[in-house]
Amino acid sequence: MSTTPPTFNSSTLLQSDDFVLFQLPRHFAIDAQELQERWRSLQKMAHPDRFSMQGDAAKRLSLQWSTRINEAYQRLKDPLRRAAYLCHLHGVEINAQTNTAMPAEFLMEQMTWREALDDAKSSEDFDAIEQWVQSQIETTQQSIATLFERGQDVDVQAASSLVRAWMFLERFEQSVQDRRAAQLSHNTL
Amino acid sequence: MALLQISEPGRAPDPHERRIAIGIDLGTTHSLVATVRHGVAECLPDEDAQVMLPSVVQYLPKGKRAIGHKASEASSIDPQNTVTSVKRLMGRTLADLQHANRWSVQLVDLPGMVGIQTLEGVKTPVEVSAEILATLRQRAEDSFDDEITGAVITVPAYFDDAQRQATKDAAKLAGLEVLRLINEPTAAAIAYGLDQGSEGLFAVYDLGGGTFDISILRLSQGVFEVLSTGGDSALGGDDYDHGLSQWVLSQTGLVLESAQDKSLMLKTSRAVKEQLSLENSTRFVLELSTGKIDLEVTRETFESITKPLTQKTLQACERALKDAKLKTKDLSGVVMVGGSTRMPQIQRSVEAWFGLPPLNNLNPDEVVALGAAIQANQLVGNHTGDDLLLLDVTPLSLGIETMGGLVERIVPRNQTVPTAMAQDFTTYQDGQTALMLHVVQGERDLVSDCRSLARFELRGIPPMAAGAAKIRVTFTIDADGLLSVRAQELSTQVQAQIQVKPSYGLSDDQIAKMLQEGFETAEMDMKTRALKEAQVDADRILMATQNAIDQDGAILSPAQKAEIEQLMLSLKQASTSDSPALIEESIDRLAKGTEAFAAERMNQGILQALKGQHIENLK
Repeated sequence: MSTTPPTFNSSTLLQSDDFVLFQLPRHFAIDAQELQERWRSLQKMAHPDRFSMQGDAAKRLSLQWSTRINEAYQRLKDPLRRAAYLCHLHGVEINAQTNTAMPAEFLMEQMTWREALDDAKSSEDFDAIEQWVQSQIETTQQSIATLFERGQDVDVQAASSLVRAWMFLERFEQSVQDRRAAQLSHNTL
Repeated sequence: MALLQISEPGRAPDPHERRIAIGIDLGTTHSLVATVRHGVAECLPDEDAQVMLPSVVQYLPKGKRAIGHKASEASSIDPQNTVTSVKRLMGRTLADLQHANRWSVQLVDLPGMVGIQTLEGVKTPVEVSAEILATLRQRAEDSFDDEITGAVITVPAYFDDAQRQATKDAAKLAGLEVLRLINEPTAAAIAYGLDQGSEGLFAVYDLGGGTFDISILRLSQGVFEVLSTGGDSALGGDDYDHGLSQWVLSQTGLVLESAQDKSLMLKTSRAVKEQLSLENSTRFVLELSTGKIDLEVTRETFESITKPLTQKTLQACERALKDAKLKTKDLSGVVMVGGSTRMPQIQRSVEAWFGLPPLNNLNPDEVVALGAAIQANQLVGNHTGDDLLLLDVTPLSLGIETMGGLVERIVPRNQTVPTAMAQDFTTYQDGQTALMLHVVQGERDLVSDCRSLARFELRGIPPMAAGAAKIRVTFTIDADGLLSVRAQELSTQVQAQIQVKPSYGLSDDQIAKMLQEGFETAEMDMKTRALKEAQVDADRILMATQNAIDQDGAILSPAQKAEIEQLMLSLKQASTSDSPALIEESIDRLAKGTEAFAAERMNQGILQALKGQHIENLK
């Protein structure tokens, strides 16, 4: 990008994807610290506070840029959203609401753990379930990271079904937390 | 105009030209104005050397008003016409107020926002606040013997869109150019951060007269990044006063019958509360129309009466930390802001809860105004040497109503602003050609539990089967935290768009009318003022354009450069005319003619920012 000729094609960078905007390779694994530093230096340049004494057009342009930078940062910062976005960039949409097809094995395992959650009473019970979800999410993340390291030959279908599985796991993790909170208030009554 | 100064953000185009910028803390009980002079932020005093202006307005016969100390003295003599704690009424309807009976003024149920009945007619909270702001503006103008370029006004972080909009309207009504609304805890963090050169994670605990805020921030290399915020926009020192007065009444069996009694009771309660911050016990002495009070109050009693209030603030702290995904041990400090943090119980509870000694070495009454002044100074481009940047968040979730009175969240709370987020919706009936959009703010799932911000309609959707239309609703929040909403049917591009203004929000015309009616901002008539403003705009734009050409003229072809220079020349000529319309037209033409140049410079700036980053990473 540093070789961009000084021609008036300014819309290109503003409309480029999040990875190009932050000058990062299209990988799932990214350095959170680096991402944050780039976000800050981009905002230091583009934030509306830098343009408050200029005209409306300049303010508008800066607002547009600053908003775009925040949008990209939010998406890149959240691992799940980042993974879904990578699938999108490779031409595959997640469509979590309509596409709920999951491997039978995965669903069976989920059911077993949901039953365990229904029976969970002690704080140790909840700990064990949470540990399992955590480890599942970590494994899923690692698999996704590996898939997206492969440059052009990414198996996007495989990645997108991993992303959907991950969404399942996140929802399950939320219900574990909710159940734990409910159990706790029940115990203290 | 569309030209951007890029290489040195914050640098004034002309170092000899200093602009006057002020920061205003518009508080529930007191308001202050501050400015940066000789590189140091300071609060400006009135002629009696007082920096704190009581946020009290008394309406007198024949259109006269008393504001500040005088009004405060009148509050128990003429309580019906003396408005105190007006901040608690900003952007609220009568139905929103939990304790409408506590007020000694008579509140009127107006659509959109509550009104106040005075001998001078019904006043809105926006008008009352404008009186306070205009008084502070006058103080600053007298102090500099010059006009103010712009002001930063602070609002509680937990203020919703309606309350922010009302504050901005009040500032406009007071004749102030609002550079930015910033959040009170963030302003305090600026004053502290720059004072101490701190880095790391901080909590700002801000308990004022009528509002409570908690913000969690990361300070790093001049960037103040708010990670999360929480609070209660109707919890403050006033509630501690009220708690005490309720206790006194229950002890004595007396009741408050007149507005005088209500006002006297609150005044005495506040004084006793303040005394109890200094002493372990004091006497509550007051003569009401229904009887005499003389009662011993200990600090211990007061603390136990008001403990639920303190507890409520700590619950908000817990949620804010959770939202920031942090634990108390991650924090480097907790900054205390607001006069109510002087209460020993607050200092103690905060220290115990956070496990950190609270930072309270700056005056908690002044720190917000000082931070606002520093930000204002930077925004008008006075060179400060500090490369300060605020990245604040939206305090409450925003969404729209869907079937069954449920809220579909579009922007979750604690998103860095400015931001834009979109969600797609569809029709639920065959042949449906219009869609009603109801914009709400709040954390609850039911629309009825959230604050209604606006309703608008998207019309002209071509008839389709139910579920076939794809309507994208985009929420955009600007750097002041104010929302606008756009809805668009994607297959036909049919659009509807609104700047979300709460129903009471004043239109520019209404503000202009009110200005003419009462708030004479200057001796100049409106036309002279318009001409002067246009000329100032023209000068500023010409200067910025020249700077841009000096810095980056190389990316222009000779023809492009000549074209821009021609437009500049026309503007210079127009500027000497007496027609604001002609000047504005020339400004617009120059803006159009330099759009592509400006966009390209922005692009180069972005690339430069990233390149700089690479170099830093190599270190």
